[in-house]
Amino acid sequence: MGIFEAILLTVITAATPLVLAAIGELVTERSGVLNLGVEGMMVMGAACAFIATQQTGSPYIGILAGIASGALFSLLFGFLTLTLVANQVATGLALTILGLGVSGMIGESYVGQSGIKLPQIVFPILSDIPFLGPLLFRQDLIFYLSIALVAGVHWFLFRSRAGLKLRSVGDSHSSAHALGINVIRTRYLAVMFGGACAGLAGAQLSLVYTPQWAENMSAGRGWIALALVVFASWRPWRIVAGGYLFGAVSISQLYAQAFGIGIPSQFLSALPYLATIVVLILISHNRRMTLINTPAALGKAFVPDR
Amino acid sequence: MKKILFALATTAAVIGFSAGASAADKAKICFVYVGSKTDGGWTQAHDLGRQELEKALGDKIETQFLENVPEGPDAERAIERLARSGCGLIFTTSFGFMDATVKIAAKFPDVKFEHATGYKTAPNLATYNSRFYEGRYIQGQIAAKISQKGVAGYIASFPIPEVVMGINSFVTGARSINPDFKIKVVWANTWFDPGKEADAAKALIDQGVDVLTQHTDTTAPMQVAAERGIKAFGQASDMIKAGPETQLTAIVDTWGAYYIKRTQAFIDGKWETTSSWDGLKDGILTMAPYTNMPDDVKALAEATQKKIESGELKPFTGPLKKQDGSEWLAAGVSSDDGTLLGMNFYVEGVDDKLPQ
Amino acid sequence: MRIELEKRPDVSKLFSLLSPFIALGLTLVFGGIMFMLLGKDPLSALYSFFIEPLTETWSLHELAIKAAPLILIAVGLSVCYRSNNWNIGAEGQFIMGAIAGSILPVVFYEWQSPLVLPLMMLLGMMGGALFAAIPAFLKAHLNTNEILTSLMLVYVAQLFLDWLVRGPWRNPGGMNFPETRTFDATAILPEMIASGRAHWGFGFAILAAILIWFMMRYTLKGFEITVLGQSERAGRFAGFSSRKMIWFSMLLSGALAGLAGIAEVSGAIQQLRPVISPGYGFTAIIVAFLGRLNPLGIVVAGLVLALTYLGGEAVQVSLQISDKPIRVFQGLLLFFVLSCDTLIHYKIRMMWFDLTDTTADGVR
Repeated sequence: MGIFEAILLTVITAATPLVLAAIGELVTERSGVLNLGVEGMMVMGAACAFIATQQTGSPYIGILAGIASGALFSLLFGFLTLTLVANQVATGLALTILGLGVSGMIGESYVGQSGIKLPQIVFPILSDIPFLGPLLFRQDLIFYLSIALVAGVHWFLFRSRAGLKLRSVGDSHSSAHALGINVIRTRYLAVMFGGACAGLAGAQLSLVYTPQWAENMSAGRGWIALALVVFASWRPWRIVAGGYLFGAVSISQLYAQAFGIGIPSQFLSALPYLATIVVLILISHNRRMTLINTPAALGKAFVPDR
Repeated sequence: MKKILFALATTAAVIGFSAGASAADKAKICFVYVGSKTDGGWTQAHDLGRQELEKALGDKIETQFLENVPEGPDAERAIERLARSGCGLIFTTSFGFMDATVKIAAKFPDVKFEHATGYKTAPNLATYNSRFYEGRYIQGQIAAKISQKGVAGYIASFPIPEVVMGINSFVTGARSINPDFKIKVVWANTWFDPGKEADAAKALIDQGVDVLTQHTDTTAPMQVAAERGIKAFGQASDMIKAGPETQLTAIVDTWGAYYIKRTQAFIDGKWETTSSWDGLKDGILTMAPYTNMPDDVKALAEATQKKIESGELKPFTGPLKKQDGSEWLAAGVSSDDGTLLGMNFYVEGVDDKLPQ
Repeated sequence: MRIELEKRPDVSKLFSLLSPFIALGLTLVFGGIMFMLLGKDPLSALYSFFIEPLTETWSLHELAIKAAPLILIAVGLSVCYRSNNWNIGAEGQFIMGAIAGSILPVVFYEWQSPLVLPLMMLLGMMGGALFAAIPAFLKAHLNTNEILTSLMLVYVAQLFLDWLVRGPWRNPGGMNFPETRTFDATAILPEMIASGRAHWGFGFAILAAILIWFMMRYTLKGFEITVLGQSERAGRFAGFSSRKMIWFSMLLSGALAGLAGIAEVSGAIQQLRPVISPGYGFTAIIVAFLGRLNPLGIVVAGLVLALTYLGGEAVQVSLQISDKPIRVFQGLLLFFVLSCDTLIHYKIRMMWFDLTDTTADGVR
């Protein structure tokens, strides 16, 4: 295995949770809801996935637990912001505080335990393709899910009726309501999908990335995922591009350090953030394209008139 | 609502007072932690020390702690709260608490303070530290014996003297066995981020190191080493569970002995300010069992440990050169503690640059 | 069960005042249950959390210290958010303000004069404003989303500070530890009153809140902010430029965050360290919304949030528990406060139990 391939493998592991959490948040935001609680849902997913795996011995049950906990936790956000029309920004931040607290509390006795790593699923024949085989066809279930989810979300948003409805809810909830679409129900489902994806991203952290539970182990990745949605200008495949770009820059700086180039590590560590900004500037000069894809009703509460 | 609140307040006050009275005859020993007491690393080691202290002197003292205290003004407030709540002796367990501890110590002359890894003292403020580097010297020797390629990977947190000292000691130990030994350093710029530490481990292993050591707090690098089939050293606590066939040994912080010693002195009224820098011989750090290595390497490690404990061997003893090739210590000369505590240069064999 | 909201014709004055207390009541009940489940006495827990920090002078000072940066930053952010500019990088602007202000006491440490302090504060505001100018420029002229740029710049600022205090600005007499030299007495923000260590940062916070409140309420600028925030089109018809508003709101919030940064460093820390903020810039976002984007409300919200930190420590000490349940409790409090605010604008109908409706009728 060449060094380039090795780097790419590391990048894939690092980028997968970002892509997963971001694709979920993208759907949430496309429905017009801004949930800043990704970090909290992610860390809940990580804790619950790890605990379930340790209890049952099966990382697949762990994955389910991660997804379920993320979705349930997001329901709390949904209830506050959709039913009680509380402020979305503040509620999302409060969700993060709560998530860090609750996960720390339930995971306290699991710190230091060595977990079970999610096994690889090897595709016969395909995995023997030189270079691409090990990268793409010798991965774990969550990686395959991340790609499938992005493809699925793309299809759903732009090729299905339900996706069209969801987008119309995000662009103008009053027109959507006038057309007979149930705005609140659509948004509830979108929020839960976002939570489930963030939970799955958390499961990746505690079952694949580093099979263990540590308090606050998401370490800011939920925030990066939030930024990626903006970076992608709410288009699914750009999430993959953004996630892998971010992952690639942050990983290669570690390799560069090990290689021994004498640049202060703080500057190297700042590169992924700067790179993301620069690329966003380059792709967002077209004002009309950006406006078309931005959900116009993002962050605005909806209360049906009776 | 107001009435209820008032009722709550008064009831609680009564309960609070009665609880306070019963505990007044026991000395209160308090701890301020920078991390979570179950972080699996630095803070957990201090909390294990606190638990040992409770076990040993539990009939004469009670302990109390505040965890996840941010450095800066929050630390000042946390320490002051403990001082006001009747703590007689307060251990502040992070370098970043230094100035906060100094300020509060000046304000509460009757309370005794102990600050870990700092250098400012006062009549009621002592400092304590552990010679972790002694353990790293042994690790370096083991690494030189085990490594086929003569290159070790070192995951470092932040460039502070403590960490630089560890890197240098490791290299010095390794070079005492294999004069051509080299290490590669990756700065993770974090003490605690399992994902990033794992990435750093992968970066090092992919570039050909075949033994790994870390100065960050989680077991993630150990797990990666286990997966890739190379050997590694644990940090702060015994990480054997994360790599039963991987861990060679680990530096285990065992603060308990020190906490018991100082608390006993405090109870006896014999507490005095000191700057103590204990090592292997005092039991403030211990080596986890030497595992996953051939018997001759194990014997070498044990012999070195004995020599360090008896004082026969001092890790930083000349001839030693700095990274740029200039002489640091002449043959037979050992470094003074002052140079070590402010260490900001590499010895020969480190493949990295320090920020100046 | 189904819950339906009915918009009130007017904002309910009564519930504006009452909703925080209802939220507090709910938190007390649920928090009490949580402490009970943990095997701790709920009454003394709640007492330590909400009352104990308010019973002593020193603790009130600490409250002011903790609340000052939160209020200062949140007041600036409220202007941003009201005008629909999503600056979430106040943390970075806080740090850059602290760095810019520290140039005098760290680099020109020999210059001791009464001018040092005012200049430091000014530099701090400039540093924060300049750092906020980056996302402002990118949004106003290159159409780049400010949520992403301002957030990413936070990490850049943190790493820049880290590099400074470990490299060029490291204290030469500090054993190579990552800190700058301690500020000279002329560079330290004095205490407001003699009874404790609360410094003038709190004074700045209150002053800023009053000024911004006045601006929002009585000046054309305030009107402009509100109009542009509600509808860019309407603002254009009124002759307001949304581009100028991006600049104005971002620079203002950046300057206030920067002032918070240098006031914190000068008044409370008295040197630069690798980490100077436990996330004030992010917590201030919650404070801004808890205060309903009203500067005076933000003062209250900032004090309440600061109290939850102090109270959390008090509970840890008095009950000997870890800080995890405390954070859960803090989250609960925020949730209840946010959801109870619904009562101000809406009547809540629960389809099987119509209690709120009758009480609300009585209020109108």
